[in-house]
Amino acid sequence: MMLVSFLLLPILAAILLLFIKNNKTAQLVAILFSGFTLLLAMQMFSFQMIDFDIAWLPNLNTRFILHADGLSKILILLTAISFPAIFIATANNEYKNRNIFLSLLLFTQAGLMGVFLAGDGLMFYFFWEFTLLPIYFLCSIWGGEKRIAITFKFFIYTFLGSLFMLAGILFLNEHTGDHSFLIFSFIHANLTNGQQVTAFALFFIAFAIKMPLFPFHTWQPDAYEQSPTAVTMVMSAVMVKMGLYGILRWLMPLFPVAFMAHTQVVVVLSIIGILYASFIAIRQDDIKRLIAYSSIAHIGLMNAALFTHTQIAIQGVLLQLFSHGINVLGLWMVVDIIEQQTGTRSMQEMGGLAKKQPTLAILLVGFALANIALPLTNSFVGEFLMFTGLFQFNPWMAALAGLSVVLAAIYTLNMVQKVAYGGISEKINTIQGPNKGAQAVLIILFLIVLVTGVYPEPLFNLTSDTLQQLFIK
Amino acid sequence: MNAIIVSTLLGVIMMFCSWGIKNQRVQKNIALIGLIILIIANLAQSNGWYVFNYDTKGMLTYTTFGLYANTLLFALTLIYVWMNGDEIAKINNSSADFYSLFFFILCGISVLTSFDNLLMLFIGIEILSIPLYILTGADKKNMFSNEAALKYFLMGSFSTGILLLGITFIYGATGSFHLTAPILSITTGLAQEQILLSAGLILLFVAMNFKVSAAPFHFWTPDVYDGAPTVFTSFMATIAKAAGFIAFINVFNTQYKALAYSWTLLLTFVMLSTLLIGNITALFQRSVKRMLAYSSIAQAGFMLFALYGQSAISNEAILLYAVVYSIATIGIFAVLVKMKENSFEAFNGLAKAHPLLAFATTVFLFSLAGIPFTGGFFAKYYMLSALLKAGAGLWLVLVAVVFAAISIYYYFKIIQAMYFTAGEPSINPLPKQYKYQLLTLAILLLILGVFPNLLLNYLYF
Repeated sequence: MMLVSFLLLPILAAILLLFIKNNKTAQLVAILFSGFTLLLAMQMFSFQMIDFDIAWLPNLNTRFILHADGLSKILILLTAISFPAIFIATANNEYKNRNIFLSLLLFTQAGLMGVFLAGDGLMFYFFWEFTLLPIYFLCSIWGGEKRIAITFKFFIYTFLGSLFMLAGILFLNEHTGDHSFLIFSFIHANLTNGQQVTAFALFFIAFAIKMPLFPFHTWQPDAYEQSPTAVTMVMSAVMVKMGLYGILRWLMPLFPVAFMAHTQVVVVLSIIGILYASFIAIRQDDIKRLIAYSSIAHIGLMNAALFTHTQIAIQGVLLQLFSHGINVLGLWMVVDIIEQQTGTRSMQEMGGLAKKQPTLAILLVGFALANIALPLTNSFVGEFLMFTGLFQFNPWMAALAGLSVVLAAIYTLNMVQKVAYGGISEKINTIQGPNKGAQAVLIILFLIVLVTGVYPEPLFNLTSDTLQQLFIK
Repeated sequence: MNAIIVSTLLGVIMMFCSWGIKNQRVQKNIALIGLIILIIANLAQSNGWYVFNYDTKGMLTYTTFGLYANTLLFALTLIYVWMNGDEIAKINNSSADFYSLFFFILCGISVLTSFDNLLMLFIGIEILSIPLYILTGADKKNMFSNEAALKYFLMGSFSTGILLLGITFIYGATGSFHLTAPILSITTGLAQEQILLSAGLILLFVAMNFKVSAAPFHFWTPDVYDGAPTVFTSFMATIAKAAGFIAFINVFNTQYKALAYSWTLLLTFVMLSTLLIGNITALFQRSVKRMLAYSSIAQAGFMLFALYGQSAISNEAILLYAVVYSIATIGIFAVLVKMKENSFEAFNGLAKAHPLLAFATTVFLFSLAGIPFTGGFFAKYYMLSALLKAGAGLWLVLVAVVFAAISIYYYFKIIQAMYFTAGEPSINPLPKQYKYQLLTLAILLLILGVFPNLLLNYLYF
């Protein structure tokens, strides 16, 4: 029942919010419900694998199965942390029809939980699409100037990708022994190598678009830039993880032969993407676009690590799924505070934040350092493991991917320098600093960064069962 | 048999209603009661209780599938009349005439779901079509309506000619109008007979495509749908079309399976061109009504998959598709009749002015586009599944899927206008009850989007 409440709580809150017109109350309800979800998610540390299973459509042989192992748990935890954090941090932002805005965000949360918990192919597809719909409305209604066209591109792009996945699911369903959609039956589906490659390709397109992997990334920087920042946070902290999750949960166990056959190609593509995105990030002036491109690079690295298929790299990815989410969340929040209070995202117009708002500047520097995986921060552990795996896979690839760390240092420190140091610019002078709630959230996030950077043991334990399943058969 | 006789009787009764009863509301209620009686009569037959039972010498056979299709199409007509009764009343000062035409159409539908003989197919199609010609021209003072009716009539007669020619050829080859006869002839007959049979089949195939507006035989559709009064377009594009498909399946799927080799390639071509032409042309329409006309062609492309299917699941697929597509289309047309103009701009800012209406419209559009959690998803899902089960290549599924993604583009234009574009919607005042009716349809679609088996289970009772 606990797993069902991860779906029911957000949906209940979302429906409730449709009827609460008062902004303050609406905000409170959203924070309370998502906070309660977080409390529930914290319990996950103490549980072994848990399942929930009832029949859904008997004639199609689908079941409503929720299943949480380490991989699901860590992403559930990330989702559960992100939403209350976002609600608190953006409490003072101006959104017209705030209750609808919050309600749509909570629907997204339910969809994300569903994606991470689904143990049945058709159900997985349902939730996969379900996350997209509220995001479409959120970005198109509350986004920036060019929001409608850009969100539409994003929507059609990802929708097409997931339709390919649907074709893949149908195809697998035809080839399972019992014509069901269970992940277990999918794993034991009777496929020739050729058929494996076909199905692999169909699934992979959907995941690659979602991540986004070069060359499917064109929707992402625009979409991040035009979305309201609260939504960008959800998209970059949690939603992009759907692609990586899909690879770990579905692609890797389902099509082992096809997976091993494509490791080289995908790793090379990922590394091209990493370098490409990093170089573009260096040239960005818009701070949101900079983080967007940096996110492509980080996700690319995680994807490359996945496709090395080494135990150590995947251990790193499992950790990094969580750490990257926290770091990016922190970065976006600082950026959002700056943008809300100064009205600009251009780094040229910033400067002197350290003198004007020391606390905010320290937090910015902290998350920026975590973004470039400095030792003592959470990303260091993950990225170190990932690079070790990449090195085992192919030293040259590791070297090329390693360039991304240098490049990340360049663009991130450049950003820090432009924003935090120098004389106080006109725009920065107007900044008030974060309100109490936002500040508290930022500090908590930063503590998570430090603690998991020094003592990642609990997270390793949480995901150890997934690793065992993937490598010890 | 019950349905055929009762619908005819009701049609005649309705016809005389226009003499005695002048109040249109009463006329509508009589029609609704008539429809309920019709449904009960048909359900009675499904449970083995025949009120009328004549020996048709095997010209009509009643299957569970056919009877259930009857029930569903009658129920859809009920929904249609319930939604659109007031709109029908505006066209003429007596709507009883139209209702009687509807009952005659339903009579044609009952024949089409049960024929086992090519002559009955012909008769059924004619009973279905002739009232449709009249409905198209119902708006007597409007030139477009007249033009559309004439066009529809001429094209329809032309296709009927082709149908008859096909039937003649088949008769020539087999010496029988019975659907089961050709299979004997194909295995034992002379080469000449087989050629004649194939030619007849192809002509039959073309004529049926004409009736369900599949490309490249779709040219009449946009003009007729555009010219006809919007309420009647809604009926033509949904219930009448679904009946055409069921007849199509009755001919080609259940009886002529053994001859599949002579039309599968042709069918693939028709399927693909229907999807292509319907979807691509719909992209460029400025008028919502015309867009919906083309989108109905595109949806027909999906419905053709059931013909390819030839399995139990394709029967499920066509019923689910017909119901879900009809509900969504009836809904969207019911919104459209209330708009002052048919352009996309008319929908601007609708979400702000009428949130419930906009929500319902969104659900209808989602369903047409096949987005999960609406009935449209499972309809498309069953079709694709039927296609794969029939051994069609995966590429066909992928092509279909790409077209489904393209269709998002034109359906979402309305959503964009409603939610993201500011403006005053040019909409006629709405009675409160009307909104709730639309909402009911939307909720129906959402329920079917999670539990499609609520509808399909009855196929097996």
